[in-house]
Amino acid sequence: MSHSTVPRSRAEADTTEKTPVASDGATGPRRKGPPSGKLKLGLRLRRDRVLLLMTLPAVLLVLLFNYLPILGNVVAFQEYDPYLSDNGIVSILNSPWVGLENFQRIFEDSAFWNAVQNTLVLFVLQLVLYFPVPILLALLINSVVRPRVRAVSQAILYLPHFFSWVLVVAVFQQLFGGAGILSQLLRENGYDGLNIMTNPDTFAFLITAQSVWKDAGWGIIVFLAALASVNPDLYEAAAMDGAGRWRRMWHVTLPALRPVIALLLVLRVGDALTVGFEQILLQRDYVGPGAAEVLDTFVWWNGVRNQDFGYAAAAGLVKGVISLGLVLAANKVAHLMGEQGVYKK
Amino acid sequence: MTTVIDKDVRQPSRKPSRWAAPPRPVWEEKPSTAGVAGKGLVLGLACLAIVFPLWIVIVTSLSSRRTIDEAGGLVMIPKDITFVAYQELLSGGQVTRAALVSVGITLVGTLFSMTVSVLCAYGLSRTGSLGHRWILMLLLATMFFSAGLIPTYLLVQSLGLTDSYLALILPSAISVFNILVLRGFFMGISQELIDSARIDGAGDFRILRQIVMPLSRAVLAVITLFYAVGYWSAWFNASLYLNDQDMMPLQNVMIQLVQKQEAPVGLGQAIKTGELSGLAVQMAVMVMALLPVAVLSPFVQRHFKKGMLTGAVKG
Repeated sequence: MSHSTVPRSRAEADTTEKTPVASDGATGPRRKGPPSGKLKLGLRLRRDRVLLLMTLPAVLLVLLFNYLPILGNVVAFQEYDPYLSDNGIVSILNSPWVGLENFQRIFEDSAFWNAVQNTLVLFVLQLVLYFPVPILLALLINSVVRPRVRAVSQAILYLPHFFSWVLVVAVFQQLFGGAGILSQLLRENGYDGLNIMTNPDTFAFLITAQSVWKDAGWGIIVFLAALASVNPDLYEAAAMDGAGRWRRMWHVTLPALRPVIALLLVLRVGDALTVGFEQILLQRDYVGPGAAEVLDTFVWWNGVRNQDFGYAAAAGLVKGVISLGLVLAANKVAHLMGEQGVYKK
Repeated sequence: MTTVIDKDVRQPSRKPSRWAAPPRPVWEEKPSTAGVAGKGLVLGLACLAIVFPLWIVIVTSLSSRRTIDEAGGLVMIPKDITFVAYQELLSGGQVTRAALVSVGITLVGTLFSMTVSVLCAYGLSRTGSLGHRWILMLLLATMFFSAGLIPTYLLVQSLGLTDSYLALILPSAISVFNILVLRGFFMGISQELIDSARIDGAGDFRILRQIVMPLSRAVLAVITLFYAVGYWSAWFNASLYLNDQDMMPLQNVMIQLVQKQEAPVGLGQAIKTGELSGLAVQMAVMVMALLPVAVLSPFVQRHFKKGMLTGAVKG
């Protein structure tokens, strides 16, 4: 049995720093050991070896699939040739360096700037049309008194979050595609059929509508939790002061939601360059790259499809660096607002 | 005397049921009929927007060719229910194989992900242990950047995972967010309980298995669902790393069938001649893709809020 000889506990770690003198009275369950910070490294290693062993698989996976590929970004500075060998790493070592040539090409490529533009348009549209929906739905559900109605409607609204994007796109195709139910109804009534799925002009709205359908219901969880933590006495006090239903919402409910809204908004802005990769990739062929190309699909198309790895990696690197800057800045702002525990999604 | 006892006996039956509306506080005004109707209408429409498309998909998948032809495409009102489409799809062939692949990937992947995540979350939940802060930083940092699609793609190829199911599991095996949720929950378990188990001679593995995990059933259920849904819904890695059509999971087959309107391999003839409609087949594949998720998630639903918040806030 791997039984540690030195007590280790959260209580101990928190308190011993303030009270370094440990009582060595051997009885009682809350016996405190010497401050762990002052233990010899070898002793701590021996004490915590099982815990370290437990984290090992996850650490290895993260090192292998999250940290190691960062080095692979060097192909952005190379004329990478995948056919030099059948092992990508060997190919990287043997590929010629070209300096910043790939980056130069990117900034002169109108397709890249088109992707940037589409990304930003989609981001703004999602911010305006998607972001408020979960808040409004949460307010609505919160005002419903009957538990059964609440439970059932929440169950239904959460559901699409667990559908795959393939399924969501397929469902939309059945509704709004050329052979979809909308076209079917129009034709039955003597109009021409309508195919919203392939219209480049409305593509951004279609993408936003899909996001709302899939995830707006799921988004209400955070807001409902914030609403549930409001002290009901506040409502009563406001009512005593003569505030009606709407004033109570304005002066009690909305202030309760404000920190959550601000936090999510900040995080969303930090994530601005990432808009629905899978979702858009699935529909890219319908409307063509002119309207549907975003930065992520630009990287996919040039790298995976056209095998222009150096070029695609350079585009990915540009996007990654700007995104990292945005995320860090957004996080900073969130911290300034006094929020801790800020984690992206 | 007897009346008192009667009163006591009747007490429980007077308790309002779990589903009844709680009594309104005296200061709250009576809701107006128009307000209630408006709320009901909006909420009803929102729910309908989700249920209606699913209804059409399910009904069409259960319709015969004649019903579908009469409706001129998708069917809204069920007439003659038939399971021909499902029988065809599940009688071997491309879709059966793809469904089995998806089930296998989901089971193996979820088991692997949960094992790694629970171990890691427990290892990190005993604060004050050696290196705990550093390892946490190492994991947290990955939430702020991604190495990029191309380097990851090259790495997976270099590791020789192409055309292997490992490529669908390993690169996306753990979610740091899920580990944080689990860790937050584990940290909430009383330290006294763990200390006393330790005094009784239990090691960390035993504490995790016999004390921490049984106390965390709710969050374990939520995270299991998250991982399982992730594996079940994934298609992009398969499209990147698998070349063999026979290895493709259900989602990728659905892309071909429903989006690209290709007939499933081995079914083309049955659709052309028999009573089977191609549309019904497509809808049946969609139902197969949504069914497990739609059946499982309501059971875990009541734990969502708790699970999502305990982890995310503590960090």
